[in-house]
Amino acid sequence: MCLGIPGEVLERYDDRGTAMGRVAFGSITKEVCLALVDSVEVGEYVIVHAGVAITVLDEITAAETIDLFERMVEADEPTPASRIEP
Amino acid sequence: MKYLEEFGDPALARRLLADIHATASQPWTIMEVCGGQTNAILRNGIDQLLPDTLELVHGPGCPVCVTPLELIDRAQAIAAIPGTIFCSFGDMLRVPGSDGDLFAVRAAGADVRVVYSPLDALTVAEANPEEEVVFFAVGFETTAPANALAVREARRRGIDNFSVLVSHVLVPPALRSILESPDCRIDGFLAAGHVCTVMGVEEYESLAQTHGVPIVVTGFEPLDVLEGIRRTVHQLEEGRAEVENAYARAVRPEGNLAARQLVGEVFEVTDRQWRGLGPLPASGWRLTDSYRSFDAESRFDVDRIEVEEDPRCRAGQVLLGLLRPTECEAFGDSCTPRHPLGAPMVSAEGACAAYHRYRRTEIGTSR
Repeated sequence: MCLGIPGEVLERYDDRGTAMGRVAFGSITKEVCLALVDSVEVGEYVIVHAGVAITVLDEITAAETIDLFERMVEADEPTPASRIEP
Repeated sequence: MKYLEEFGDPALARRLLADIHATASQPWTIMEVCGGQTNAILRNGIDQLLPDTLELVHGPGCPVCVTPLELIDRAQAIAAIPGTIFCSFGDMLRVPGSDGDLFAVRAAGADVRVVYSPLDALTVAEANPEEEVVFFAVGFETTAPANALAVREARRRGIDNFSVLVSHVLVPPALRSILESPDCRIDGFLAAGHVCTVMGVEEYESLAQTHGVPIVVTGFEPLDVLEGIRRTVHQLEEGRAEVENAYARAVRPEGNLAARQLVGEVFEVTDRQWRGLGPLPASGWRLTDSYRSFDAESRFDVDRIEVEEDPRCRAGQVLLGLLRPTECEAFGDSCTPRHPLGAPMVSAEGACAAYHRYRRTEIGTSR
């Protein structure tokens, strides 16, 4: 119930006054309640727990984090970490 | 898949690992709070890539694991009542109670159904107006919005044959309990990222200050976990004890305000019994007075239940990070995922099940 992975909002619709949507997790599509992420747009990614989206992933922040990792210099000294194959 | 590939990049993982190796100069013990993180750490072998001086211990953030035996027994008693449809997340069905699990109750003829969401249980209630439909509302702050929503919708739509058996627990009181334990040897925490997407980070400030421990809000992909560890190690080496957010793409400092408002309307703070940790004051949620009519415990008279834990199970020490799963005599022998003695061997988020699944089956194979 707690292994929340990001899903892409494919469609939004209203079900008896509750905001719902179709969300794709890779090749699996599920019906998800979007009532608590009201501003989410089609194409954005959400984290879903127990059928309810609890947060929208911020694409810009994600890119900034990756950018920060990329600017991190790989250590010159051989460490156990640098011996790991991809 | 977007986000999963980027945050699982092996080349970037090596950079984060190199920084951790270059920074860690002395032994530190770090607890990852959430069972989802435990799973990610073991699945990706992160425990085996860290410096020998860093020890990861696995926290109590597995809802299936900490739901008290008494509630499991109560669930079974309610499920066995004729005219009842008992709905639950799948994991809960295999958790051993005093006498068997919910699967055994189903095998004996009860209508026990696995659902993906409490909203699905609500749909079952609408489709079966002659039956009483009960949802087993377990979990931490992450599942509370879904459970609160189901209860609020039940009232709004007038679905009176729906109720919830609530066993909601909260992360900050569990951390406080671990930190206040005389045996505590935790130097820093990776806080559970998805709990913080709901509740925000402010609750952790006082814990970090009072106990002098760094708390880094951490996500679930390999790079997220490594960055959480990296930031914790930097704080420890520099003598800082701050709350940091290493999962900023998902966690806003204030959390999800709509979710917090909903949860605050439906639930109120209460004392809770934790499997393994015992009773903790103000450590969970129950329905507020205005929603009490949806409480399965007041709807069904199943209060007088004697509970008996299997004495061979040492889940309590595992959940506190005092015992490695492999140090338990029953591990992999009388306790396996097929025949679990305790909840941590059941759930995908349980430390024992993760050790068993990812073959950390000998003492010393995982730090």
